[in-house]
Amino acid sequence: MIKIAVCIKQVPAYSEGEMDPKTGVLLRGGLTSVLNIYDLPAIETALRIKEEKGGEVDVFTMGPPKASDVIREAYAMGVDRGYLLSDRHFSGADVLATSYTLMQGITSVSHYDLILCGKQTTDGDTGQVSGALAKWLNIPYINWVTKIVKLEKDSIIIEQMMENEEVTIKTKYPCLVSVEQSIFIPRIPSLKLKIAAKKKEIKVLSLSEMQDQNKNHYGLRGSATKVEKIFPPTKVKKRPIVHKTGIEAASDIFKIIQQIK
Amino acid sequence: MNRNINEHKKAWRNILVYIEYHDRKVHPISYQLIGKAYELASSIGYNVCGIVIGKDVALSKQQLQNYPLKSVFLYEADEYFKADLYEKILSNCICEMKPSVVLIGGTLEGRSLAPNVAVTFRTGLTADCTALYLRDADLVQIRPAFGGNIMAQIVTTDTRPQIATVRYNVMEPIEPTFDYETEFIIKKVDKQIVSKIEILKTIPIEKKKGIAQQQILVVAGRGVKQKKDLAMLKELANLLGGELASTRGLVERGWMASDRQIGISGQTVRPKLLIACGVSGSVQFMAGIGNVDNIIAINTDQDAKIFNIAHHSICGDLHEIIPQLIRCFLDASGDKHI
Ligand SMILES: Cc1cc2nc3c(=O)[nH]c(=O)nc-3n(C[C@H](O)[C@H](O)[C@H](O)COP(=O)(O)OP(=O)(O)OC[C@H]3O[C@@H](n4cnc5c(N)ncnc54)[C@H](O)[C@@H]3O)c2cc1C
Ligand SMILES: Nc1ncnc2c1ncn2[C@@H]1O[C@H](COP(=O)(O)O)[C@@H](O)[C@H]1O
Repeated sequence: MIKIAVCIKQVPAYSEGEMDPKTGVLLRGGLTSVLNIYDLPAIETALRIKEEKGGEVDVFTMGPPKASDVIREAYAMGVDRGYLLSDRHFSGADVLATSYTLMQGITSVSHYDLILCGKQTTDGDTGQVSGALAKWLNIPYINWVTKIVKLEKDSIIIEQMMENEEVTIKTKYPCLVSVEQSIFIPRIPSLKLKIAAKKKEIKVLSLSEMQDQNKNHYGLRGSATKVEKIFPPTKVKKRPIVHKTGIEAASDIFKIIQQIK
Repeated sequence: MNRNINEHKKAWRNILVYIEYHDRKVHPISYQLIGKAYELASSIGYNVCGIVIGKDVALSKQQLQNYPLKSVFLYEADEYFKADLYEKILSNCICEMKPSVVLIGGTLEGRSLAPNVAVTFRTGLTADCTALYLRDADLVQIRPAFGGNIMAQIVTTDTRPQIATVRYNVMEPIEPTFDYETEFIIKKVDKQIVSKIEILKTIPIEKKKGIAQQQILVVAGRGVKQKKDLAMLKELANLLGGELASTRGLVERGWMASDRQIGISGQTVRPKLLIACGVSGSVQFMAGIGNVDNIIAINTDQDAKIFNIAHHSICGDLHEIIPQLIRCFLDASGDKHI
């Protein structure tokens, strides 16, 4: 029996998102949102472990009420319980405040042996929330994980892909593992579970459910970084475009390369 | 959370660079960070210090000579990276040194380490910065947000240190041309620090140069019609002595391995020459192109965004042009042999 928590996030479906030019906070209204694709393999990993060893898989997401959609998606894959951390005081959080809120939420629910995260989100795109969360929980952090080698009674053996070597690591529970996309191909939700997911309860946790109820520790106020402004990326001046047939273009390019080399 | 607010701000001075060290070699990103740190430090009269953690750290001295480093702290530790162990060592060093800014590489190792350290100090972390400068003592951090569609300017005003990661190849490396007496300080790792991570086995990954280290890259995009057409692009890359890389488009199709992907969720490259074939030039892709002196773009769409950054823009079909180009090279090398 192993208790697993998976952190998942709702992200804009495409990256052409908007930001509030004053606060620098992401504006999600009007955008279609999806479950961060990098979190799917984390859910899959949790479900496989459960299938092999028995246990429970819960998911946690911090976001607006609409983020409950991603919990339904996780339900349709076979997850047991979903917790939505949602409160107006949570909004505008950076890495520090997001990971703090997740820590508060997770510890307020239960004690988990294993916490799984995705490699990164497609909007925040930092891949840093998981490491920060591990530190708040004060548990070992292993990221870039490509394989679960073995599950033992009190520890897990995994493979981590570093720049120069593939490292096999053993660590005791509780620990936080952040998985690479290649670890498992996520399953397609079954129709039966999909229907059941619609009716399944989603527990919403607000500030009043947290152990630390100081609102200065959450959201924009609890963030150490402040977005001062946002601006479009600089564009370089256009250079002339040459239209040429295959042979002409090829000999042009050939000459250019000869000059460079 | 107790924050180390303003009152202490003045006590935090200078810049600490996390010098990554594997297999007794300083990771090239460290020279890029030292370059940036020196630029920042010079603007405000700070010093740049470095920290090296790993096996046989004394051997890093030679590789760190003639750089503008005031001092380098050497911590002899396990050969392989363990996030919890390394974090505690780095955090202890930060406690002692009180740097205003800590720069860490946006490498696999750096991105494991940085968030842990940030939480230890309850401070801000800005990942994957593309530009950095100091405004008084505040580090102004620019990074792409929303998959590169927008740039965000971020500051960590109330807490210290200010931690930023920078991806490989985003900053210019600095050359060892400084007449500098760097002080190398051997530090003992606190006995209290133990890792909960046990390394059972390591297998070296085949040491072929990644796309980030190449001087010449041919880049394939979704304009490539069939998987087999990649063979000619690969041949071109070989003829030029370079490598084949790609956009995420082809990685998603399963035609290219993900370690070949350039871009915001792939690698940053800095070759001398880059030939983009059938690449539209999405912001996410372009975010992965450092300063490249020569970009040649081949695209059938004259409005393709790649032409905005290309030095030589060729509007045409890659399937017609590439075989001809290969012929040019074969002919040329043929000439030499006759
Ligand atoms: C969060 C996020 C992160 C992302 N990260 C990355 C990343 O790291 N790297 C990345 O590359 N992408 C990334 N993307 C995807 C990115 O938005 C684009 O979808 C992708 O870069 C497009 O790849 P492409 O240029 O190969 O394909 P397309 O955009 O489909 O362009 C193909 C081009 O080929 C041209 N073409 C067609 N036929 C021919 C021909 N016969 N000869 C010549 N030209 C031809 C077309 O005119 C077109 O311009 C990311 C997206 C998101 C949302
Ligand atoms: N708001 C959130 N709610 C739940 N999990 C999150 C949230 N933000 C990030 N995560 C987790 O942290 C991982 C890395 O996210 P990021 O640092 O934003 O790239 C994600 O793949 C998730 O597993």
